[in-house]
Amino acid sequence: MNESATVIRQAAAVAEKPQRNSMLRHARYVMSENAVTGFAFALFTLIALCALVGPYVVPHDPLASDTTATLKPPSLAHWFGTDQLGRDIFSRVIVATRLDCFIALSSVALVSAMGGLAGVAAGYFGGWTDRIVSRIADTIMAFPLFVLAMGIVAALGNTVTNIVIATAIINFPLYARVARAEANVRREAGFVQAARLSGNSEARILLLHILPNIMPIMMVQISLTLGYAILNAAGLSFIGLGVRPPTPEWGIMVAEGAGNIISGEWWIALFPGAALMLAVFCFNLLGDGLRDLVDPQRRT
Amino acid sequence: MLKRVISPDEGKGLPLLDVKNLTVEFHTRRGIVRAVEHVNVTIEKGETVGIVGESGSGKSVTSYAVMRILDRAGHIADGSVSFSGFDLRAASENDMREMRGREMSMIFQSPRLALNPIRKIGKQIEDVLLQHAQVDSDVVNEKAVEMLELVRIARPRERYHAYPFELSGGMCQRVVIALALACKPQLLIADEPTTGLDVTTQKAVMDLVVELTRERGMSTILITHDLGLAATYCSRIVVMEKGKIVETAESEVIFRKPAHAYTRKLMRATPRPGISLPDLLPENQTAKTKPLAPTPKMRNQMPLLVVDNLVKEYPRQGRSGSLGKLFSRNRPVPESEIFRAVDGISFSIARGESVGLVGESGCGKSTTSMMVMRLIDKSAGSIVFDGEDIGEIPASRFASLALRKRIQMVFQDPTDSLNPRLTAARAIADPLLRLGGVPRNKLRAHCEGLARQVGLPVELLDRFPHQLSGGQKARVGIARAIALKPDLIILDEPTAALDVSVQAVVLNLLQDLKDSLGMSYLFVSHDLNVVRLLCDRVIVMRSGKIVEEGSTAHVLVKPQADYTRELLAAIPHPPL
Repeated sequence: MNESATVIRQAAAVAEKPQRNSMLRHARYVMSENAVTGFAFALFTLIALCALVGPYVVPHDPLASDTTATLKPPSLAHWFGTDQLGRDIFSRVIVATRLDCFIALSSVALVSAMGGLAGVAAGYFGGWTDRIVSRIADTIMAFPLFVLAMGIVAALGNTVTNIVIATAIINFPLYARVARAEANVRREAGFVQAARLSGNSEARILLLHILPNIMPIMMVQISLTLGYAILNAAGLSFIGLGVRPPTPEWGIMVAEGAGNIISGEWWIALFPGAALMLAVFCFNLLGDGLRDLVDPQRRT
Repeated sequence: MLKRVISPDEGKGLPLLDVKNLTVEFHTRRGIVRAVEHVNVTIEKGETVGIVGESGSGKSVTSYAVMRILDRAGHIADGSVSFSGFDLRAASENDMREMRGREMSMIFQSPRLALNPIRKIGKQIEDVLLQHAQVDSDVVNEKAVEMLELVRIARPRERYHAYPFELSGGMCQRVVIALALACKPQLLIADEPTTGLDVTTQKAVMDLVVELTRERGMSTILITHDLGLAATYCSRIVVMEKGKIVETAESEVIFRKPAHAYTRKLMRATPRPGISLPDLLPENQTAKTKPLAPTPKMRNQMPLLVVDNLVKEYPRQGRSGSLGKLFSRNRPVPESEIFRAVDGISFSIARGESVGLVGESGCGKSTTSMMVMRLIDKSAGSIVFDGEDIGEIPASRFASLALRKRIQMVFQDPTDSLNPRLTAARAIADPLLRLGGVPRNKLRAHCEGLARQVGLPVELLDRFPHQLSGGQKARVGIARAIALKPDLIILDEPTAALDVSVQAVVLNLLQDLKDSLGMSYLFVSHDLNVVRLLCDRVIVMRSGKIVEEGSTAHVLVKPQADYTRELLAAIPHPPL
């Protein structure tokens, strides 16, 4: 349907007048066009708010235990109930947002930079660069990823930094492969040749011409791995690696509450679990919207 | 078996296809766009009609509406389409599925995309036959081979087992034609069937389509942007502009007496024998372009570029297994495993001269231009540019040398050659920043100057490529190429992806720039009609070798080589 695309684009080009706040306008358009994207962004704003101001506004100290009010079901005083030590679960769930999001964001930032660069270089240069990067990715993929992450954290030490590193390493193949494939397609594109004729060095072509063009695809990948990274961090904490009690963290809280479900105190595990699920769900939905935002072709 | 939707005696006396007052609308972000407005076309049985127009004129959308294959954003807003009296607009999707392929079928622009890449071509023809229950499954094999034979595929029994990637573009298009004709439809819609094919292949494919459809008494709609092609093969021509039909006439009449201004413009813009560059422009614009000054002959000067015995070899793929390669990496490759893309060619280009390099796809012309451009390394021979053997400098190092400024290129596809994430201004500024030594604060003024030089409105400089039209993108590409004031520009089919009227303007622009800046051009093309307009000298290549070389007038009027004659004969000759 080449022709119809041309017709639409020409009509759009006629109507188009470059505007200063076009990015904002574009964001608004992307969200209004797709209700799911709008919902995902709203949810994301909520999570971001919790992470930023949550610790200052929660009704109770997340670490303060109250032996007179242990294992209380949800009530007006304790919206999500209390746990075995009488701590307020609502406050703990909100406060935990910051730590979980921090782990996810920093590990994804790390891996998207490393994996993206390695992948783009592999796809663009080919040859030995490609072989080395691809074999590293293959080696990582050969392990059960969660077990690999467990092993890394166990070997390096039980700290938040090491959770970030482990999560980054297990996501490396995803980024490297996507970036490699996309760079490979564009290696012989006309604009790359033109950049070469303009006197750009190979590194410049890689960083300034190819990398920005694969951003839309990387954005989807980033949003998907964000959810996965949160899940991974929580999973590690659940089995007792990484974050240690009494720090509020969704994985630990689910682990702490798991034993109480059978005796009827379902709220201890349910609410942190639901928060975890919502966060992962939100990041997964966000992918499409983010791609539409960063892709200039969609900005007609 | 389902009943035939249209019985042969139904709709007697009616035209085969009757499109009345057709309006097609597309829902876009900025409201409703009317792609086709109040279009009326009738096609009689056995008639060949051409629908001609430039991109965005709605010619393809019209045919998609007839086939009811518009994409989701588009719908028929008004009008009626009837096929032998059968209302296609009201037909159910099930009926339409039966109609497509059996009663009317379509040939698409890109044959390779139209075929399933992982299914044998014979099987694909069988699929169509079985789908429409045209033959019994025990003879379907014979029938498929018969179809391949019909479209003149040599050794059809062997080719039955071929996959699309094993066939050339022309052969793929023949298979697509076989698919389209397999169920003996009454109407064939050919949507730019030969765009992207070589001129000799184009002739073969079009001759085949016309002959087969005539034999079977079928009607054909040929959708094309090439007025010359349509006039050669169609009896009647419908000219469309911006979604409306501006003229319908017999093809003999349309070239002699075009009634509508747009038809006249299109007709003038079509390159044809016996005209010069300014003739391509619309009547009211010719006045301001001065007649061409003959290119000064500078015989005593040293030529700008001398290419001597240039060779490019590639290892043939698939000859030695990858395991074999792994174990014997350093063993010299035997001669038989080497493919010579460019096989010892020599030529020279003088200062201010434009030379055309003509040949069909795969003849090595692009490889030659890439070597001269120093984007790929040669295998043997020398490339002497202004006294210096640049062939000795590895391509990977060339980008950083000052010499890079002096050889630039205009690419074939203006869309592909612009970075989608850079604005027009940024694209033009790129060479200035890297090699031009222009300070950042003067960059904008430089870009605006270049934009004016190539006739690009300055306010468009802040747009991204997808917000520009094809012609505007071509201008950005040209501005980028001339930004460094190079001595030699290689034009790699710079107008192949453009509409004829835009092509006319761009060719004239290139000529003006050459006159004012004194550059030399190496014009790589497969279209002799275009080369004739811009070049002083022509080199004809085939299979990596030069078959003929000489002044444009000489080569085109009195070709020496058989191959050149063949190329010339394949150009569509509209009735004049």
